[in-house]
Amino acid sequence: MPLLKDGTHTENQYKVLSAEEATDALPPGDYLFPVSHIELALQFQAEGHGKSGLWLDSSDEPRISTDLLNQFTVVAVNFPKFIDGRGYSIAFLLRERLGFNGDIRAIGDVLVDQLNYMRRCGFSSFELREDQDVEVAVREMNGFTNFYQTSADEAIPAYRLRHNL
Amino acid sequence: MSGRAVFLKLPGHITKATDDQSMYKYDDYDQRIVADRVRQFHDQTQRFLDGKLSEDEFLPLRLQNGLYVQRFAPMLRIAIPYGMVNSEQLRKLSDISRRYDKGYVHFTTRQNLQLNWPSLEEVPNILEELTSVQMHAIQTSGNCIRNTTTDQFAGVAHDEIVDPRPWCEIIRQWSTLHPEFSFLPRKFKIAVSGSVEDRAATNVHDIGIHAHLNDNGAVRFKILAGGGLGRTPMIGSVIKESLEPEHLLSYLYAVLRVYNQYGRRDNKYKARIKILVKALTPQVFAEKVEQEWLPIKDSNAHLPEQEISRVASFFTEPAYQSLASVDLNDLALSASVPFQLWLKRNVHLHKKPGYSAVTLTLKATADAPGDASAEQLDAIADLADKYSFGELRVSHEQNLIFADVQQKQLYELWQQLEILGLATPNQGLLTDMICCPGGDFCALANARSIPLAEDIQRRFENIDFLHDIGELDLNISGCMNACGHHHVGHIGILGVDRKGEEYYQIQVGGASGYDTSLGKILGPSFKMEEVPDVVNKLLQTYVKERRPDERFIDTCRRIGVEPFKESVYAAA
Repeated sequence: MPLLKDGTHTENQYKVLSAEEATDALPPGDYLFPVSHIELALQFQAEGHGKSGLWLDSSDEPRISTDLLNQFTVVAVNFPKFIDGRGYSIAFLLRERLGFNGDIRAIGDVLVDQLNYMRRCGFSSFELREDQDVEVAVREMNGFTNFYQTSADEAIPAYRLRHNL
Repeated sequence: MSGRAVFLKLPGHITKATDDQSMYKYDDYDQRIVADRVRQFHDQTQRFLDGKLSEDEFLPLRLQNGLYVQRFAPMLRIAIPYGMVNSEQLRKLSDISRRYDKGYVHFTTRQNLQLNWPSLEEVPNILEELTSVQMHAIQTSGNCIRNTTTDQFAGVAHDEIVDPRPWCEIIRQWSTLHPEFSFLPRKFKIAVSGSVEDRAATNVHDIGIHAHLNDNGAVRFKILAGGGLGRTPMIGSVIKESLEPEHLLSYLYAVLRVYNQYGRRDNKYKARIKILVKALTPQVFAEKVEQEWLPIKDSNAHLPEQEISRVASFFTEPAYQSLASVDLNDLALSASVPFQLWLKRNVHLHKKPGYSAVTLTLKATADAPGDASAEQLDAIADLADKYSFGELRVSHEQNLIFADVQQKQLYELWQQLEILGLATPNQGLLTDMICCPGGDFCALANARSIPLAEDIQRRFENIDFLHDIGELDLNISGCMNACGHHHVGHIGILGVDRKGEEYYQIQVGGASGYDTSLGKILGPSFKMEEVPDVVNKLLQTYVKERRPDERFIDTCRRIGVEPFKESVYAAA
């Protein structure tokens, strides 16, 4: 699946594991573990089998300590269906409330027309659904120059920009 | 190209309100955002037409740009933010309705305007034209934060404590293209009121905001959550007694974030915030919001004082003349009966001596409630320029208002409204109905609303009888989504489907306002042709039971629904 990171198409090194696949018999490699398997993810990484990341489903609550969270370089949030907007709040909370400073990745039903909102909420990489057009993705992600709200990106909202705040 | 923020700082350009108009004006930031949005929708529509975007994936994109696909044609819903529109915008809307539609528009129950016959391919062009007069159709539909609504008399109401309009504009901007809250479990509606009387139905909104002054004369907000109509009507619960204005946005973030995370997504009929508030209890919901709010209250979501002042500067008073009050009884004295009736019903108290607000009801018999022709819009724009500082209001009762008319010009204005068919003296009366488009247009409807409204108007055309009955809200919805607000009508009518046939359920005792109540269903439903008789029986019961100066709703509250029920179902 096309992975978009830092505005360009890059190689996706992480494989997303389902709860059934996340066992201690995994071959070496880089994996995203379900958040329920955080202990296994830490152990896998500590034993030098590869890099571990986590993924949260839209129904998971982001309740992980910041220290624990920052042991991982990637935390992904799944969109089971693109209209399920819980992932936006999860990403915001990971970035702003929990202070996760690694890569927050959108996975699942990730479509080009939602990338701008995702980016603003703290997502920094996007595993696009197979059929999505990367060129359109890049264009859509950068389609706006000003914003009305503060979120988890660096954009200054209009109500502060207007007053040089 | 970076995946991180790209934004543009415009060089120190701050617009301030001019003296002659009391309306918000876009600055370069506002203009750029709506222009970017239109460009984006051009692109999305083109990809849809090229078959590169599926129906399902295009759906929320077009809805959030105001575009429905209705029973016969697409429908475009254009926002009239908190009900304010100027003459230039009206002329543009009239022009658009002529060139892209059938030469008329429909005003909705949420201070929006609908075009019933645009073509999908042309919608991006319509949106582009709207930006030229600082209008848009953003988030007039879809599972997102909708147009914020308020009192149609905001800024001129005699009983106003706080002008709600600056707060509505601040919320409009904050909610527009919100990155976190554009894929909510369901639609989300916010209404603001700042008067003694609530004319914005704030108690039946997802969030209702009551602006008031504290003991030190500072603005504070009481926040209600979980009100709504639809299948499960509920009155909102207070979740915050007194919020400081600088925390308005951070608090809204918190409410929306709790809803976005915990609102139900498994069943669209249980997805509104009211179901969540009820399930958690208002207390627990309020605590969750508080927990979410405290960490962000002093973040960048904190609303700067400078911005509050800037937005408020647009809503200063227009250039009022200093005039003496005119006694309307004197005006009526030697005048014709139609003018007297109009003065009594359609002319409202104003905070300024010598001025009145005037309602143009879009409820003439045989015209679909809320409809206005392109010719009428042009004429209204001219009258607005001549008599009301070039500005017009739209009410949730689907009427239009000139907010600032000199009382000494009332007769002159009335004469011109008579010619246009816009002087129907029925504001607040039985025939001034709230009515959704119903089965004639809407794909969701179970039954038609407009022909029923017309039947009722024809049955009760006698103006003396109407005035004798007095204030009465009759609201009609064509299905349980309740766009016609039937739950809060003194008489509410709901279209239902009984084995493929249109039937109408009648309820009485509903009311909006701070003393909101939900109507009670009388019993089995009726066929369309039976409804005017049923309404008549309700009115006869009222006439029999009423005490002097008692309105229909007051009598209802005093005697309960039983006598009404008996009159309707008694064997003939």
